[in-house]
Amino acid sequence: MKAIVRIDLKQGVLDPQGQAVANALRGLGFDEVASARQGKLIELELTGETNVDSARARVEEMCRKLLANPVIERYHIDIVAVAPAE
Amino acid sequence: MKSAVIVFPGSNCDRDAAVAIEGITGQTPAMIWHKETELPDGLDLIVAPGGFSYGDYLRCGAIAARSAIVPALKREADRGVAVIGVCNGFQVLCETGLLPGALLRNAGLNFVCRPEPLEIANANSRFTAAYQGRREVVFPIAHHDGNYVADEDTLDRLEGDGRVIFRYRDNPNGSARDIAGISNEMGNVLGLMPHPERAVDLLHGGDDGVGLFQSVLEAA
Repeated sequence: MKAIVRIDLKQGVLDPQGQAVANALRGLGFDEVASARQGKLIELELTGETNVDSARARVEEMCRKLLANPVIERYHIDIVAVAPAE
Repeated sequence: MKSAVIVFPGSNCDRDAAVAIEGITGQTPAMIWHKETELPDGLDLIVAPGGFSYGDYLRCGAIAARSAIVPALKREADRGVAVIGVCNGFQVLCETGLLPGALLRNAGLNFVCRPEPLEIANANSRFTAAYQGRREVVFPIAHHDGNYVADEDTLDRLEGDGRVIFRYRDNPNGSARDIAGISNEMGNVLGLMPHPERAVDLLHGGDDGVGLFQSVLEAA
């Protein structure tokens, strides 16, 4: 089983890296870019876990304890079942 | 005065802090590796030093804040022992929850490294009393992620309770309300981005940092 954790800065938190990305894209002629927000993606491979709900609960705990800082960030968890190896 | 400096993998101002403390207090601090679970008894001061703990991976200070030594650091802080987090140490203290808020990438995106004039916003704190009412000091800054953020209520509370200890005269990183250093509610934990330990000898270009350690020494 895999968990894909997406961590973004909360709305309203200044994201100077996102702004620099947007400026660079506009510099390349992509005038339609109104703004950019930069986040991060953490892919976790989970062993010994078969229940999606309990896996999600554990990953929630990981987010609270380490992966995200609730002062500035929010997170989104996707649990992906991986097909067993043949 | 008994003191300790916590050393994380990637700390690089731990020895600067130790040299400053030894010069000012005459006593050599204990250097405590992050894997320890106990701090020495009877400490008057604990320093979380500057540097790049864990390569700034995940978020600055995030992984260091979950080190084995941190529960002991929190216990001592709750007992009222003076704690100073400098630069990366400030980021670590915010990540542990000992101080509110967080430090984001500098608004201008640049790493800033220069002598920085600071207003002493609270001259009566445990960390500034020895400046005897002086209103300005210059400490060096050297950071990429010093942009202090907190919600408006927290900022109002920090200002209202005299917990903003240092303020930038010329905000180098976009910090909310020009905040350079704050204390906890009890007033015994200080976090600041500028480096007082790098300004303790005229050969450093200034010795304005001495007063900060002197303040802790006099209160000990």
